[in-house]
Amino acid sequence: MNLPNSVTEIIQGFENGKFSSQELTKAYLNRIDNLDPEINSFITVCHERALLDAKKADRSRANGSANKLTGVPYANKDIFCTKGVRTTSGSRMLDTFISPYDATIVERLGSQGMVMLGKTNMDEFAMGSSNETSFYGQVNNPWNTNCVPGGSSGGSAAAVSAGFTPVATGSDTGGSIRQPAAFCGISGLKPTYGRVSRYGMIAFASSLDQAGPMGRSVEDLAHLLAPMAGYDSRDSTSSMVKTEDYFGNLEDELKGKTIGLPKEYFSTNLDRQVEGVIEEAIKEFEKLGANIIEISLPTTSLSIPAYYVISSAECSSNLSRYDGVRYGHRCELPTDIEDLYKRTRSEGFGEEVKRRLLTGTYVLSSGYYDAYYRKAQQIRRLIKDDFANAFTQVDAVISPTAPTTAFKAGEHQDNPVEMYLGDCFTVASNLAGLPALSVPAGFVGGMPVGLQLIGSYFQESKLLTLGHMFQKSTGWHQHFSRDESKGAQ
Amino acid sequence: MSWEIVIGLEVHAQLATSSKIFSGSSTEYGAKANTQASAIDLALPGVLPVLNKKVLDLAIMLGLAIDGEIASESIFSRKNYFYPDSPKGYQISQYDKPIISRGQLKFVNNGEEKMINITRAHLEEDAGKSLHGEFERSTAIDLNRSGTPLLEIVSEPELRSAQDAVMYLKELHCLLRTLGICDGNMQEGSFRCDANVSVRKTEDPELGTRTEVKNLNSFRFVERAINYEAARQVEVIEEGGIIKQETRLYDPEKNETRTMRSKEDAHDYRYFPDPDLLPITITAEHIARIAKDLPETPWNKRLRYLKDYGVSIEDAEILANSPETSVYFEVCMRQSTLSPKLIANWIIGELSALINKSSVTISKSPIVPERLVSVLKKIEDGTISRKTAKHLLGLMWDSNSSADQIIADEGLSQVSNNELLEKVISQTLTNFPSQVEEYKTGKLKILGFLVGQVMKQTKGKANPAMVKALMEKNLRQST
Repeated sequence: MNLPNSVTEIIQGFENGKFSSQELTKAYLNRIDNLDPEINSFITVCHERALLDAKKADRSRANGSANKLTGVPYANKDIFCTKGVRTTSGSRMLDTFISPYDATIVERLGSQGMVMLGKTNMDEFAMGSSNETSFYGQVNNPWNTNCVPGGSSGGSAAAVSAGFTPVATGSDTGGSIRQPAAFCGISGLKPTYGRVSRYGMIAFASSLDQAGPMGRSVEDLAHLLAPMAGYDSRDSTSSMVKTEDYFGNLEDELKGKTIGLPKEYFSTNLDRQVEGVIEEAIKEFEKLGANIIEISLPTTSLSIPAYYVISSAECSSNLSRYDGVRYGHRCELPTDIEDLYKRTRSEGFGEEVKRRLLTGTYVLSSGYYDAYYRKAQQIRRLIKDDFANAFTQVDAVISPTAPTTAFKAGEHQDNPVEMYLGDCFTVASNLAGLPALSVPAGFVGGMPVGLQLIGSYFQESKLLTLGHMFQKSTGWHQHFSRDESKGAQ
Repeated sequence: MSWEIVIGLEVHAQLATSSKIFSGSSTEYGAKANTQASAIDLALPGVLPVLNKKVLDLAIMLGLAIDGEIASESIFSRKNYFYPDSPKGYQISQYDKPIISRGQLKFVNNGEEKMINITRAHLEEDAGKSLHGEFERSTAIDLNRSGTPLLEIVSEPELRSAQDAVMYLKELHCLLRTLGICDGNMQEGSFRCDANVSVRKTEDPELGTRTEVKNLNSFRFVERAINYEAARQVEVIEEGGIIKQETRLYDPEKNETRTMRSKEDAHDYRYFPDPDLLPITITAEHIARIAKDLPETPWNKRLRYLKDYGVSIEDAEILANSPETSVYFEVCMRQSTLSPKLIANWIIGELSALINKSSVTISKSPIVPERLVSVLKKIEDGTISRKTAKHLLGLMWDSNSSADQIIADEGLSQVSNNELLEKVISQTLTNFPSQVEEYKTGKLKILGFLVGQVMKQTKGKANPAMVKALMEKNLRQST
């Protein structure tokens, strides 16, 4: 069968009896089996479980108890705990870990009747911007397999791009949904901090982590966001602000909307061709009736250092639980407790994770706390204030998602800081807790370019409108990296 | 020039909640290992803490009782260290913004009233237990206790003797129990104490270097450990040595303290605000709500017993120091117009004796306040003597029958019938003529012997006061 191109099309297909969930699920699983060896976007594929869930979905559709999303397949980033299915967070440390419980979002998508195809590859513990730090090997960009898919949700982005799944979950601590979405030519949304429950999402940096949807179109993001979003009593940082109807305003006119162009974002190491694509996109928004004004976010240059101090500090504490005592990797024949800790953690963690644990331990240690951690928190406050100020004038802030298109695998191997600088447009919205969307906006040298729209708190709906109207008029989201007709048989 | 001991105490009081501070697991003591450890207590990947709001109420109660500052915003911080029974690799505690600060506690030592400043009281979670020796060559971990809510109460270094320290602790222990904040069970570790001890010459304005003595799980150990540690420090200094700042462990078997870790080995805990938990906000309304139902402190209760009931200081202490006993006493007071002293005497005397012989507590005593009151009323109206009342109380301990029923069944009622008594008395006077003569010659003390004979004849059931009066009348008449 020819795979459908969107969740909307799948829902129609179910309703028209064009295909069953079982047929569709089988087709996606076949495509994964046939084509993923080249991409490596999945760590675990759940053949049996997916077909069983699809069968259940078909039955409930037959007896009239189905929801809109019942039977729709999706892929889960391997950072979300799934009961009975191995959850690795891309690390050797959790290679054998099978969670006894479901993450809240897994539970919620499951209760919609959605069918989980498998768990997607990712940078180890979500630390990375290239998916090269995964214990399960790098993921290759479906547009050019010599290039990285971005990270850390590189597996999810590549899987959606290659047509292995219609939608996927991702998590974003400093750009981990948006940057891979941009590199793989798909759409991705990082919601407002607190909008989606973090319960069962393996923590990297608790004050920055936020789960969100990834898909080909903004409309598909809305489909996945609706069940993911909402208050969860198991996450103390989860928000009680009411969720919106993410479809109701999708077709709103852009006339009267103001989009801010932060001048600081266009004076950095931005690739000239990428800049050109963004300028075209800005013209498109003007054509759609939006008003574009220049704004200033003066603390922009401070966001990368503040981000790496705070995220490293939090992860150094969050990852202390991986000690070889209760679950996960344990070294062979430890001689004493010290030896158990040292070897378990030396063996279980990869290089990038260790680098951040050391950095985080350092910035929190006595005598350095004020100079690093406290200062970073002060900067964080200033960044928030910058945005609060901007949102008194604009509905959204526009920028490139990343300063370049997907780079070659291994390109930044010897210089991690160079890679960190690639996060310059994405980390500020995590520090401020703001929602941000990345949508495809064109190509440079055959590789996709992502456009970022940052909104004010809990205004996901407004961002989705902007993204959807842009996609409706440009169609950049309908360029696919892989022939849709292959591999499904 | 003499030495002065300076002591500050850190008390860990387990809060009396039925579930843990950040998970829904039960806190009940003594369950099978790891049966009260949820995904959260095990620190599985992805889990998050959610605060048990009950602990805030309990902390506020203490804050009110010690007249401390209750922070409108306080923060949970992570204390990072690796230990196998600390599953997250950090303990959730409070660091620079504790929930309670700057309180005071009054207590009495040797008749002298003292007041000690309490620096802070903060909320934190307990660790699990490492069990060495359960398995060969390995350590077992029990996480049942992990996540149990604790309130750490830190005093200023204002205590000046081991005895002071013990009396302060007893007062705090009593306060926590009375407020219902902590069950105070020291065997189960619900109330634990570390002591910071230093010594200095009395005229020295500077404090000496302190050591922290751990593992003090009884009042007796606190006293002995402090005395040992102070003597050790004096000896070191007098021999020209210096005290190293360190943590020492008290060994009750050898009655000594030993180095546990030196300051150089001290952890850098890398405290930082826990990003998984929002700041705790406490409103004035919340505090008012708790204040409205705050139980009376033992200190105020003792004063009230002295002033309103006129009981002795010793009795006031015994009654007020145990929340169960004071409840018992006050129920008795409400249910009768008997004299407070009479009730106090019987609670502290006979009832306590019966309770001590069995293993129940006063709140579980088969002699509930109503039953004690019914016995005491029988003494007051002359139905039974005090001696019979003791006997009756013993019978009631093992029976559900009422005092009246047992008095009737066992024939315990005093003989107050004049006619019957007259008969026994005149018989006695006839039987002991020489004693009667002695009385008549002025040896009035012999009366006691004659009354005793009547009591013997009546098997103790005669009303002794009545016998005495009738006997005197008879003797006067026969002259």
